[in-house]
Amino acid sequence: MKILVCITHVPDTTSRIAFTDGDTKFDKNGVQYIIGPYDDYAIARAVELKEANGASVTVLNVGGVETEPTIRKALAIGADDAIRVNAEPTDALFVARQIAHTAKDGGYDMILMGRESIDYNGGQVHAMVGELLGMPSVSPVMKLDIEGNNAKMTREIEGGKEFLEVEMPFVAGCQEPIAEWKIPNMRGIMTARTKPLNVVEPVASDGSVAYVKYQQPAPKAGVKMAQTVDQLVDMLKNEAKVL
Amino acid sequence: MAILVVVESLDGKLKKASREAVSYAAQMGGEVIALSLGDTDQEELATLGANGAGKVLTVAGNFASSSDAAEAVSEVMKSVGANVLVMAQSAKADMIGGRVAIKQDAAMVSNVVSLPDTSNGFSVKASIFSSKAFAQVEVRKDKKILVVGKNVLEIKEDCGTASVESASVNVSSDNKIKVTGQEKATGDVLLPEANIVVSGGRGLKGPENWGMVEDLAKVLGAATGCSKPVSDMDWRPHSEHVGQTGIKVAPTLYIAIGISGAIQHLAGVNSSKYIVVINKDEEAPFFKAADFGIVGDAFEVVPKLTEAIKALK
Ligand SMILES: Cc1cc2nc3c(=O)[nH]c(=O)nc-3n(C[C@H](O)[C@H](O)[C@H](O)COP(=O)(O)OP(=O)(O)OC[C@H]3O[C@@H](n4cnc5c(N)ncnc54)[C@H](O)[C@@H]3O)c2cc1C
Repeated sequence: MKILVCITHVPDTTSRIAFTDGDTKFDKNGVQYIIGPYDDYAIARAVELKEANGASVTVLNVGGVETEPTIRKALAIGADDAIRVNAEPTDALFVARQIAHTAKDGGYDMILMGRESIDYNGGQVHAMVGELLGMPSVSPVMKLDIEGNNAKMTREIEGGKEFLEVEMPFVAGCQEPIAEWKIPNMRGIMTARTKPLNVVEPVASDGSVAYVKYQQPAPKAGVKMAQTVDQLVDMLKNEAKVL
Repeated sequence: MAILVVVESLDGKLKKASREAVSYAAQMGGEVIALSLGDTDQEELATLGANGAGKVLTVAGNFASSSDAAEAVSEVMKSVGANVLVMAQSAKADMIGGRVAIKQDAAMVSNVVSLPDTSNGFSVKASIFSSKAFAQVEVRKDKKILVVGKNVLEIKEDCGTASVESASVNVSSDNKIKVTGQEKATGDVLLPEANIVVSGGRGLKGPENWGMVEDLAKVLGAATGCSKPVSDMDWRPHSEHVGQTGIKVAPTLYIAIGISGAIQHLAGVNSSKYIVVINKDEEAPFFKAADFGIVGDAFEVVPKLTEAIKALK
């Protein structure tokens, strides 16, 4: 079985989000980068499937050379090899085209990724890759097991869960509790250094959207503290008018 | 130019978010056509007229597979000559939108929080970095897919009437996805749809203490939510996990009980209109993100609050 896991390289969830150049660029100053938390679930499940059934796990990232430590971390968690498409991602369509192009002849049985990235939160790439490759795509997947040529999945839907049987090959956008995040161990970190990380050049993609200006949310006016429960109820009733 | 809006329903009722999406399209100007996939009651669909739809199209069938749904949407877009597709933010919208974007060579923007600015090209404001920032996004293709966030605009209730017709499109299913079952989340009010959310964190000490959270939710007609560690420890189901890596909510009122206010939790709630924090630690970071707060022991404050609200009603 061959599994492709697509990962994003994103600011740590605790990062201060700020912009430079007249609010036209994200300020990378002092920002720590991590594997996207949802992508991290996808890798964890891929490694579990590999341990249970035997599989090869390839990680793919579309990004510049600065993403390599993030890719090495995925290798340390248990992926076997990696591909970096050497380009700064510009939009979801660009990323989807790179993934589809790279995966097209790879013979992957499944392509896993996070349900969305935590920087641009598009949640579009899994569906675009599915469409480009003519594969079924499902998201957000909270449980994934393989039985023969089918995958059994649980998908979160508004108001509950849906149980699915999906033909391989497929694309899945993952979220918890599909697996528990894995922390690389010492041996993983050592072996990750020598695992293959192949760099390929991107295919062309016309831009569909452009992020022309950024803005921070307006700060809250400040909290009003109630000294008693009655005061709080009064605030909710007369100021917020929600009761 | 027609605008197509894909609407969704839950238990036979149209989702509030779908009505918002129809109102959004109506405020863009132009002919608004709503599209419902699968079977929803015709009378219910006709009520979309009030929200701004001129016509509602239906396509019967089982749309378990997002590729079938995307094909139907794409075909209807073509047949009505729509250049803009509007959907309310949902997992389904992501699955359908991404595929339609490829089929129609359309540009897609998620988490849209404003009407388009067409003074110079076509751009919309979108929420990014898990609602920690916004971006003005220029849309650079003729065909556009806008996935609209919750509570972005007021829902229009008095626009007019809509006819309901079935659309004649043929979708040949690839049968690659089969739905084998469904399970409903517990609780009377669904978290993503709720107008009021009462959430509990690790400060509540254990699952046995959720009775008071549920009691408060009940008097308010609210849904219950929780922080990530609470669902990780299985005190509450994962469907209640609110935050950056869980469900993002945007209710009118969010009440956080015994939740510290970690940045990842805030990312899932900071689009709420009003936030109330109940925490025994006056230094809890959540107070900085709140509108109203009370320092106190949840085990004393919450039952009192429930009684006080009961007395009001
Ligand atoms: C990548 C990543 C993603 C994450 N995603 C999410 C997410 O989506 N959602 C999320 O919630 N978390 C998320 N987290 C976890 C987050 O960082 C916090 O650890 C978590 O939100 C803390 O949960 P809590 O507030 O319930 O618990 P704690 O931080 O332990 O806070 C408990 C609070 O309860 C108060 N308290 C204690 N006793 C009482 C009492 N008797 N009465 C009143 N108050 C009391 C305390 O003062 C404290 O403020 C994520 C973390 C990471 C690393």
